[in-house]
Amino acid sequence: MARLHEYQGKELLKSQKVPVPRGGMASTPEEARRLAEELGGEVMVKAQAWVTGRASMGGIRRAATPHEAESVAREMLGMTVKGFTVEQVLVEERLDIEREFYAGVIIDDRARAPVVIFSSAGGTGIEEIALEHLDKVARLEVDIEKGLRDYQARDLVRRTGVHGKLLRDLGGMVTSLYQVARRYEARTAEINPIVVTTDEKLYAADCRITVDDYAVFRHPELGIEIAREFDRPPTELERIAYQVEATDYRGTFYFIQMADDFSRGEGYIGFHGAGGGGSMMSMDALLSRNYKLATYVDTSGNPPASKVYRAARIVMSLPGIDGYFASGSGVASQEQFHSARGFVKAFMEDRLSVPAVIRLGGNMEEKAIEILKRAAPEIPAPLEAYGKDDTADFCAERLDALIKAGDIKELPAPSPRPEPKEPYTFESPTGTVIYDHAVCDTCESKVCVKTCVRQILQLEDGRPVLNISLEDAKRGRCIECLACEVECHFEGAGGGFVDLPTPGLEECREGLLKQ
Amino acid sequence: MSILIDETKRVLVQGITGREGMARTRLMKEYGTNVVAGCTPGRGGGDVEGIPVYDTVLEAWEEAGPLDVSVLYIPAPLVKSAALEAIDAGVKLLVIIPDRVPIYDVLVIIKAAKKAGARFVGPNTLGVLSPDKGVLGMIGGRAASARSWFFPGPVGVTSRSGGITSAMAYYLAQEGIGATTLVHVGGDAVVGLPHPEVVKLFEADPDTKAVVMFGEIGTSQEEQVADLMQAGEFTKPLIAFIGGKAAKSGTRFSHAGAIIEGGRGTHEGKVERLREVGAVVVDSFGDIPKATKEVLAKLGL
Repeated sequence: MARLHEYQGKELLKSQKVPVPRGGMASTPEEARRLAEELGGEVMVKAQAWVTGRASMGGIRRAATPHEAESVAREMLGMTVKGFTVEQVLVEERLDIEREFYAGVIIDDRARAPVVIFSSAGGTGIEEIALEHLDKVARLEVDIEKGLRDYQARDLVRRTGVHGKLLRDLGGMVTSLYQVARRYEARTAEINPIVVTTDEKLYAADCRITVDDYAVFRHPELGIEIAREFDRPPTELERIAYQVEATDYRGTFYFIQMADDFSRGEGYIGFHGAGGGGSMMSMDALLSRNYKLATYVDTSGNPPASKVYRAARIVMSLPGIDGYFASGSGVASQEQFHSARGFVKAFMEDRLSVPAVIRLGGNMEEKAIEILKRAAPEIPAPLEAYGKDDTADFCAERLDALIKAGDIKELPAPSPRPEPKEPYTFESPTGTVIYDHAVCDTCESKVCVKTCVRQILQLEDGRPVLNISLEDAKRGRCIECLACEVECHFEGAGGGFVDLPTPGLEECREGLLKQ
Repeated sequence: MSILIDETKRVLVQGITGREGMARTRLMKEYGTNVVAGCTPGRGGGDVEGIPVYDTVLEAWEEAGPLDVSVLYIPAPLVKSAALEAIDAGVKLLVIIPDRVPIYDVLVIIKAAKKAGARFVGPNTLGVLSPDKGVLGMIGGRAASARSWFFPGPVGVTSRSGGITSAMAYYLAQEGIGATTLVHVGGDAVVGLPHPEVVKLFEADPDTKAVVMFGEIGTSQEEQVADLMQAGEFTKPLIAFIGGKAAKSGTRFSHAGAIIEGGRGTHEGKVERLREVGAVVVDSFGDIPKATKEVLAKLGL
């Protein structure tokens, strides 16, 4: 889920007229001092990081003077909390706290509706309070059509034993919180604590909002870079992978880098699953053999070969992995030979140098396995392929054996692809198909025309050309099945090539190799 | 018998002219599903796989006759509108295939469905399949694969993972155990027909003698199934596996999540709760066929 920083959440609350402490953001110690001067008096300096328990890690501190605010900010900026580097601090007026409350909105799967929660005891340890003092916590299912009525919010607060003017004001704040949650499509939105000051004013002193990943596209104003649940900023590879996913709607491509700064021999595996359930079991099979995960990748929902190709190349960009393990549910409905061609193109181009076990069970698996096995002799590292009757456990065992054996073939480096003498090109949805018709003239099989999944090629004077318009190919009639390159390489003369750039990947790889 | 789909149900495909819509319409038709109409606004008058395409769902209903089910192959941002259109037209069962449907849109669909007495599977589902009768969605991928993988029998299959839906039914079939219906409830946090609703349907189906369930960490679906067993509302034997043991816990819940869940949603919590009420929970996915065989043997099957 896409999390918002405290200060971003508070801005949204402010737009709904919810009072928040006066303050501002600082990226440098000097800015922090200036803010403290403007605010006057004691301030709080709060590290902006997507983690819980900031206070105990020194991420929330009091500063009595502008000078102290500066030095506190200096310590905080750049510090790492749970892998997250603090780049900004929030400097706020310090409140004289009389009493604290809690308010939250969450989508509850049991109610299948938004549920509003209010507690007359707030602050740290709210979960325990909720368990131990049931009388202090009230909850209410919201009718998604009608929304939360102000009187419902007031009655919710009443049920926790609050009365009078405080009840009225807290009810207003709860109503506003729901409106923020609904408008920005929050999976959760919380104010903890709501503070009543000694001079009887109400403030949202902290705020946590996570926006529904699937709704982020409707809220460009939030400036969310990657709509994914991260408890740290995304890595360069994650940014690149997310761009691939964001620009190609076909199938799912989910990429998380699970480890950073590791090298060969430490047991990190590039893990590439398909479908959540099968991936979890496949990861368990690796973990039980004392391997560690370098990546978690999911290509499922019938992705094109080109997407699997890009995913595989992104995984192989991590120079420290000891093996490549692709394994999903075992009985997939998607036609598995598409993924097989994607893997083969990636493994051949990048000359895979660590053992790989690819389990592509399911629809058309025989063809998928054949495509992978056919490529194995041309890849330096051992490559094995399995189907639905081989368990994830067995396949993990095979990878373990291959890694321990360590047999990497000495293969001559392939000569670079020559400039086509008689080029024929057309654009696919995310790349370019390039033929050298001079080579096609020497091809007897014309395998590309026969194996093109969408049958969009025909022979003209013995040369493969499109039988549809260039626009239709680009718009998606070409599904990037990669037969015109992979089948052509193994069964034809090698005149077909599909150029599938991944923006930023080559630069990123150079950087990773230098490290 | 079976649940949700058989060869008699009259099926509409919304988004029939898209990449997935076309491919899956062929699967459904070849497998025996009674697909009678398609709908894509702006594409009315044509046909896909011999099935007439209409501009609106009401037009499809008026021209092609009453519709029991609609299967949606619609881009996620447009799902809400398409689902409301089908519900308003009077369709009582929807299968919402796409993933990435915004959760507030799902809540709006839930509300509308409830009012209209309709229900839906998904979103983010592979669909529903009753062996040798019909399929909604894309389970099996190709009719020939689906025919070779699944056959009719006494077990109901319900799963939170698409791939595992097929995998469980396939590995059961390898051991000679057939199924009444396979249901992929959908991978999202809030779905139209979660496990507890599906097991209630299996309870009412006389041919289903036992249910095999694939659960996962997160949500309270498996706990709700346990509640139904305890209350005597689900009385058939249940064989379950809960995935996600190795996943790190505690990272995804906010305070509000913790208050709502109150310790539910964890791997341990689900396994314990299900065992408490008499379900057979296996520790390894590979043990499902054997455990199911033993349960069926006790029933004299």
